[in-house]
Amino acid sequence: MTTIYAYITHRGGVADDVAMEYIKAAAKIDAGASLTAVVTGSGADLDKVADSMTSLYQEVIKVNNEALAYPNAEVVRKALCNILDPSAIILAPHDTFGMDLCPGLSIKMDSAFAADAVDFEGIEGTSLKLVRQELGGAVSTHVTCDISNGAVITIRPGVFAGAEGGSPGGKVVDKSGDAGDLTAKRRFLEIVEAEVGDVDITKSDVLVSIGRGIEEQDNIEIAQELAEAMGAVVSCSRPIVDAKWLEKSRQVGTSGQTVKPKVYMAMGISGSFQHMGGIKGNPYIVAVNKNPKAPIFQVADVGIVEDILEFMPALTEAIKEM
Amino acid sequence: MEILVCVKRVPDTAENEFELNSEGNDLDRDDLVYSVNEWDNYAVEEAIQIVDNVGGNVTVVTVGDDESEEVLRREMAMGANNGILLSDDAFGGSDGRGIASILKAEVEKGKYDLILTGAQADEGAGQVGGMLAAMLDMPYASLVNKIDVEDGASTIKVGREIEGGNQEMNEIDLPCVLSIQTGINEPRYVGIRGIRKVAQVEIPVKGASDLGMDPATVGEAAAKTKRVDYFVPDLGEGAEMLEGSTDEIITQLIERIKSKGGLA
Repeated sequence: MTTIYAYITHRGGVADDVAMEYIKAAAKIDAGASLTAVVTGSGADLDKVADSMTSLYQEVIKVNNEALAYPNAEVVRKALCNILDPSAIILAPHDTFGMDLCPGLSIKMDSAFAADAVDFEGIEGTSLKLVRQELGGAVSTHVTCDISNGAVITIRPGVFAGAEGGSPGGKVVDKSGDAGDLTAKRRFLEIVEAEVGDVDITKSDVLVSIGRGIEEQDNIEIAQELAEAMGAVVSCSRPIVDAKWLEKSRQVGTSGQTVKPKVYMAMGISGSFQHMGGIKGNPYIVAVNKNPKAPIFQVADVGIVEDILEFMPALTEAIKEM
Repeated sequence: MEILVCVKRVPDTAENEFELNSEGNDLDRDDLVYSVNEWDNYAVEEAIQIVDNVGGNVTVVTVGDDESEEVLRREMAMGANNGILLSDDAFGGSDGRGIASILKAEVEKGKYDLILTGAQADEGAGQVGGMLAAMLDMPYASLVNKIDVEDGASTIKVGREIEGGNQEMNEIDLPCVLSIQTGINEPRYVGIRGIRKVAQVEIPVKGASDLGMDPATVGEAAAKTKRVDYFVPDLGEGAEMLEGSTDEIITQLIERIKSKGGLA
C-alpha cells in the first residue's frame, strides 16, 4: 500500500489551507493510500494544530521541539529524516517553505523529487504520473516519477482546494523523542516585516495592475491616467518592483500583497500562479496582453489582445468622455 | 571570497510565444530565442558585488551543450572572472538530481566559499540549489534577497523572501549554497563591446570522465523524474475574448466593467 505523509505548515496555531488540499491530492495519487499528517513545531501552538488535524487525518504525527518553533527548513529536514519512512511519498506545499525544504530532503531521503504538481493521474507500477507547468505557465507537461524508493513532491497551493470531509476521529502520535540531533548550520534570526507604502492597494475596489508589458518606467504614467479616470489605484506584478519602478507595497502576488478588488485590470501581465495567488475574492478580471497565448487569458473573465501602450490611453479617453 | 555561480541557458519567456510541434509532444523549438535564465543574472551580479567589496573571484558554470558557451561569455562580460562548461552526451536528459550531481563533481574540484544559483529556471522547479547543498552537506537558503558578507567572517547573514512581502533573516555558516531571487540587486547592462572583450577568453569544457563521474549515474537512464510530453491544458472556457476595432472593444469593455461595479 502507498504511504503518503502530508507535511502541515502552520502559523499562529492554525494550519495553512494546504492541510485540506493534501486530502484531494493524495486521493488523486492513490485513493487507497494511507495518509498521515506530520506537524512539527513547539508548545501550545503545535498542540493546537495537531489536535485540529485529527478532524481531517486518521493519524497525526507530532514532533515537539524548541528548535522547531520557527520552521527552519534545515532543522525540519533533520527531524523528518529521523522520523519518516523514506520509501513513502512526502507532500509539502510549493511555497517559500516547501521550496526551501524539499529538494534537499529528497536527496537526504534518496528518493525522487517533483516540484509544483498541479494534478496527479495516478500510479502505475512504481511510476506516479503528474502534471506540472513550465516556462511561467505557458505550457504544461506530464511527468513520471519513479516512486520505488519514495518521493518528495510539492503541490501548488490552491489547485487541490475543495476537498470534502477528510476522515475525522484521528489520533495524535507523539514522535518528539525520535527527532534526533537538530543542530543546524543555518540559524533563524528574525522576520523583517514588509514596509508600508504610500498607497494601500488592498483597500481599492478597482486595480489597474501593470506587468512587463509596460516596457518602460516612463509609461507608468499611462496606467496612472487610466487609474485616475476609473477612480482606481495602480498595482503591479513582480518585474515592475524588481526593476524598482514601483514600491514593493504595490506588488500583487504571494510574495507581495493579497488584494480583493471588484474589478482587476491586468495590463500586460502574463499571469504567473504566484501573481494570481495574490488575487482573492473572485474579482472580475480584465486581461489586456499583446500575446494571445499569455496564460492570463486562461483565468481572466474578459480578454483583449492589444498592446497596452495603445489600448490604455484609448480606454482612458473613452471613460473621460462618458 | 571564491564564489561559484551556476547558470543556465533557457528559452526566453519574454521573447517567445510558445507553440507545440506538429506531433504535439514537444515545443516547436525551431525559432526559439534563448537567453540566460533571468534569476541567474541577479546571482552573478550579487557575486560580483560581493567580490568588489571583499575581494576574490567569481566563476560561472553551466551544464549544457556548445551553445551554452554564449551564456557563460555573457556573464563573464558582466564581470565574472572564469567560466566552465560541463558538457557531455551522457548528461542529456538528466533530471534535477542529475544536474546537481554533475555540479557537485565540479564543486569538489575547486574550493568555493559560496555557491549561488538562480531561485528557479525555465522548468520552474527551483530544485538544483537545494539538491546540490544537500549532496555537499552544506547549509542552504532559497529565495535569497539580501546577503551581508563581512570580510573574513565564517558566517554570513542572508534574507529570504517569504510570503506577504516579509523577509526572513538567517545566519548561515560558510561554505554554503544560496538560491537568488530576482530584485536582490539591479544586474548591470552588458553591451556588445563587453561581450567582444571576453570573446577570446578560453572556457574549459569538461565531460563525465574529466569530472570522474560514472556516466550511468546521470542522463536520462538515471533520471527518476522524467518529462513525458508537453501539452496545452484545456482549462474550460477561459476568458471571453473581445474582438473588433479598438473602439468597438472599448464600448463592450466599458459596459462589462460598469455592470461589475468598476465604473460609476
